[in-house]
Amino acid sequence: MNEILDGVIKALQLIFSGDPKIYGIVSRSIFFSGTAIILAALWGIPIAMLLALKNYPGKTIIKGFFNSLMGIPTVALGLILFLIFSNAGPLGFLRLLYTPAAVILGQAILVTPIVISIATTAIEAVDPEIMSLAKTLGASESQASFAVLKEALGGVMLANTASFNRAIAELGVALLVGGNIAGLTDNLTTSISTYTQRGGSDLALAIALAIILLVIVFGINLILLIIQRLRK
Amino acid sequence: MISAAELRDVTKSFRGRIVLDKINLTIHQGEILALLGPNGSGKTTLLKILAFIEKPSKGEIKFQGEIVTDNNAERMRMQSTMVFQKTALFSTTVYNNVGYGLKLRRTPKSKLDSEVKKALSLVKLDGFEKRLAKKLSGGEQQRVALARALALNTKVLLLDEPTANLDPKNAAIIEEVIAVANRELKTTIVIATHNMFQAKSLPHRIALMSEGRITEVGAPAEIFGKLSKNLASFAAVDNTFTGTAKATEAGTTMVDIGNGVQIEVTVQRQGATAVFVNPQDIILSKSAVKSSARNVFKGRITEILDLDALVKLKVDAGKPFMIQITKRSFSEMALNLNAEVFITFKASSVHVV
Repeated sequence: MNEILDGVIKALQLIFSGDPKIYGIVSRSIFFSGTAIILAALWGIPIAMLLALKNYPGKTIIKGFFNSLMGIPTVALGLILFLIFSNAGPLGFLRLLYTPAAVILGQAILVTPIVISIATTAIEAVDPEIMSLAKTLGASESQASFAVLKEALGGVMLANTASFNRAIAELGVALLVGGNIAGLTDNLTTSISTYTQRGGSDLALAIALAIILLVIVFGINLILLIIQRLRK
Repeated sequence: MISAAELRDVTKSFRGRIVLDKINLTIHQGEILALLGPNGSGKTTLLKILAFIEKPSKGEIKFQGEIVTDNNAERMRMQSTMVFQKTALFSTTVYNNVGYGLKLRRTPKSKLDSEVKKALSLVKLDGFEKRLAKKLSGGEQQRVALARALALNTKVLLLDEPTANLDPKNAAIIEEVIAVANRELKTTIVIATHNMFQAKSLPHRIALMSEGRITEVGAPAEIFGKLSKNLASFAAVDNTFTGTAKATEAGTTMVDIGNGVQIEVTVQRQGATAVFVNPQDIILSKSAVKSSARNVFKGRITEILDLDALVKLKVDAGKPFMIQITKRSFSEMALNLNAEVFITFKASSVHVV
């Protein structure tokens, strides 16, 4: 019990002492996951709009496909991407394996179904007259779609937050395609895993990183909640 | 007379169901035209086609002298705007709502401010710019929607049941604004309504609609003055009944509308007649009220429709009557579905068509 308490105290000391190693890992994590959700939003939101606003055969199947992918195990996706990015894989020539780009791309792929599914539901929930309203006020098709997206902003923000949380908290993809290379591809989760396994004095480092991870996840949710309250 | 829009054989079908059937209609520049017909007669679809947000399945539209095609529909849309029956607002301030169309037209900020202010003043919502549109009352929201359309100063303004769900105060403001917009801004206005009373007072011309067709077009006096050969289409309009009129000894007229219901009216008529009672002119009570009103019927509430500050009730008294009361009266009277009620209205408040 004392060891755990000691670990927590040391962890707090590390956090407040501004340890460069810790802040390197934290900033890398935020950068990887932040860039991943931007990428996922860039391709996920237009897909969500197509799914929510247009009618075509097979739409329900596509929606169901993305819904089921929301819970894909990260190690499974990590392994698939490892095989694709490895030298013998179809994208081996890009030399992406064990680079930050591989982690970012992997996390973006991981969270894309979350962005698509939540954003689709949010866009579908917008008053169907908004599209016609924007048009009758002079909007083009794309301007009217943008007006609908603006109305669904709360849900789209929720989609991005959920995606960020999933990306920053996942281990499988970052570990398998990033390789946990110190100072290059190591992030919060891969580092927590490594330092916990090492034990001893490194356990405090793992606890510090876990505390920071939890603060980030809860903090972002709190900010979203406050923004949604203010919008209402 | 110059036409604002001309429709030739315009047909619209949704999934094989014909909603508009070969509509031929000319809308004159500067007029107020009412599309009068029951729910489901195609009024809204016709307005959406005139707003260029729905495409006709067949037929041709000439707008401001130009045939509308896929290539110019977006440009035409800039000159024709529609206010929907169910108020649709963006989740933002009143200013951003009213200024939306102006911003799309790249109006400079200074002009934008003054145009928004002018439009809000027209609908008597001065100083509402910073308020959140969706936090306003139903009547105020509908006035914001009207201001948003008026701010664009389009050639044609299309209004779908603009006062259907409003209390008398808000309805009066909207009717006044419609008249002002037509008189002073010279805007051509097309109103879809199933309110016989509104159709009688506001427009220059009326087009009667029934089952996706225009059955008759004419001035209100012409339409209401003679017995329409399409009287059946009237019957589906709220509180409009057809029957046989007979003179009474007291000098009034008794119109037998069937199912044992006889409505007394002050106008002298004989034979086939259509009558209309404004939902606001009917008094609702839980027991029979002793009054000078000649028409008292007992019935049961069969439908309750919540409309913001108002409640619309359908009472089956042999024939279905729509009654509009305030929400406060509704809760004070503790009314519910199937409750037994009495409806009372004066013979002089019955409009004879």
